[in-house]
Amino acid sequence: MKATRQGYGDALVELGQENPNVVVLDADLAKSTTSYTFAEKFPKRFIDCGVAEQLMMGVAAGLAASGKIAYTGSFAIFATGRAFEQVRNIIAYSNLNVKLCPSHAGVTVGADGSSHQAIEDISLMRAIPNMKIIVPSDYIEAKTAVKAAAYIEGPIYIRLGRAALPQINADDYKFEFGKALMLRQGKDATIFAVGIMVAAALEAADNLAKEGIDCEVINLRTVKPLDKAAILDSVAKTKRVVTAECHTVVGGVGSAICELLAENIPLPVAMVGIRDRFGQSGSPDELLEHYGLTAKDIEAKVKQLL
Amino acid sequence: MHSELVEKATKIRQDIIKMIGLAGSGHPGGSLSCADILCALYFKILYVDPKNPKMKNRDRFVLSKGHACPALYAVLAEASFFPREKLWTLRKLGSSLQGHPDLRRTVGIDMSSGSLGLGISTAVGMAMAGKMDGEDHHVYSIIGDGESQEGIIWESAIFAAHHKLDNLIVFLDNNGLQIDGKTCDISSLEPIAQKWEAFGWQTFEVDGHDFNQIIEAADKAKKVKEKPSMIVAHTVKGKGVSFMENKVDWHGVAPNKEQVRQALLELGVSEDELDE
Ligand SMILES: Cc1ncc(C[n+]2csc(CCOP(=O)(O)OP(=O)(O)O)c2C)c(N)n1
Ligand SMILES: [Mg+2]
Repeated sequence: MKATRQGYGDALVELGQENPNVVVLDADLAKSTTSYTFAEKFPKRFIDCGVAEQLMMGVAAGLAASGKIAYTGSFAIFATGRAFEQVRNIIAYSNLNVKLCPSHAGVTVGADGSSHQAIEDISLMRAIPNMKIIVPSDYIEAKTAVKAAAYIEGPIYIRLGRAALPQINADDYKFEFGKALMLRQGKDATIFAVGIMVAAALEAADNLAKEGIDCEVINLRTVKPLDKAAILDSVAKTKRVVTAECHTVVGGVGSAICELLAENIPLPVAMVGIRDRFGQSGSPDELLEHYGLTAKDIEAKVKQLL
Repeated sequence: MHSELVEKATKIRQDIIKMIGLAGSGHPGGSLSCADILCALYFKILYVDPKNPKMKNRDRFVLSKGHACPALYAVLAEASFFPREKLWTLRKLGSSLQGHPDLRRTVGIDMSSGSLGLGISTAVGMAMAGKMDGEDHHVYSIIGDGESQEGIIWESAIFAAHHKLDNLIVFLDNNGLQIDGKTCDISSLEPIAQKWEAFGWQTFEVDGHDFNQIIEAADKAKKVKEKPSMIVAHTVKGKGVSFMENKVDWHGVAPNKEQVRQALLELGVSEDELDE
């Protein structure tokens, strides 16, 4: 069990070795984001901006405009919220090589409560032209995505989390930007999932299989751009769609799928996600249950469509 | 002097340790460093009524460094804003005591906070409302030194002075530490009192663990005309628990059972009481 945020620190250390252009910034959360591992190895290429996320994004933009590949860490709420306008008006508008890899996305932040739980970060980042979005489902996917981002031009948002997760991808897993990953084939419904909900989707599909319901499970990996061909192929086959994200349903992954389907194969979509509410304190598992983000909730949505 | 405050502050520190210990997460260092300021505020300085928490002309308080809320919750319970038993539900699902202050859920909280920097700007708004309504209450706030690296702190500083908000009194919990290390090593704020003065604020410097100094400065600040006041309180992060004092590692980690025990013993809880 490892958190996706640990993939960040581990990838940075490897990137630091292979690419002298990589610089890393943080905003007084280097332990939480795990960027401290890079700071220990490459102190000259690590910049702690202090509690100043807007400053961090501005400095990262300047570094990127000077030829660096700038990775920034913080909590997802502060990186996308406090510093939204730096991200939109400077980094994305100028298509600068800044990689946003904040941790503590979603309600699995736990006891810190609503102020620290980003549940609208995907919506915010999705609305910005030039921004690309990756939502890793486990440690290995996170690590390989963070490494791949160094060689993808322009700004990228990689959504990382605090909670330790089971490994669902193979040890020799290869990340492919812009490509969805088919995890299980089926004919009755497609479950499109991202992040921690991929494991829940697989569990739901297993349980449904016992009842004779045959689900396809697709880990989207890249939320922007979407892998349109893979999504439309699957939906053309199953004709039933469930989406699953640890995020608000307002403008998130479910919305992205709906936008694509509405223009291509209009059909009802059942969304698992947070229903226009704020987070709160609690243990990660309690909160996942409270906000309807478990395998059971996915199963219920699939059945609703049958 | 102020022996009753010293006693209360010790009890508040015990509660902070117990609450965070039971919750299994939270921020002991920054809660302990502002515990004395909060005691001085709620037991000597603020005009508030626990029986009438929304009283129109009450003094307002905004904990801008919201992560220190265990200290605020313990003080509010001690002042009878809500039953003491609630303290042991800190950070639990459905609790009125969230991980960071939530004005909708907790009686006695005037503003939600937790995202650093925002609190002080809301205190400025409250002070403006007081002026608009011709009221004579004051608005108090506590900010952190790490928090002072946020730009909005300085936007608030400029604006409050421009509007001559002499009903606004802000404490800086100047404990020298943030999460990643010493504030002076990461992005130094010094000379901090001079900065606030240059921004047009009346400034005071006190030992943030000396009740006489805290209360005296607040008394003077209340009499200042045409300027907001900044009370730079020199504090020790983790104050009162020897193994937490001045230790950056105790910013956001809960003490385990043994550490809770040790801390409570240091804070004057007897072995017998501990076994309960
Ligand atoms: C906008 C924002 N960025 C980051 C954080 C995470 N965070 C919580 S406390 C803290 C350090 C604060 O240091 P300081 O203000 O000195 O607090 P104290 O030492 O009094 O605990 C940080 C970075 C936050 N809560 N809000
Ligand atoms: Mg501090």
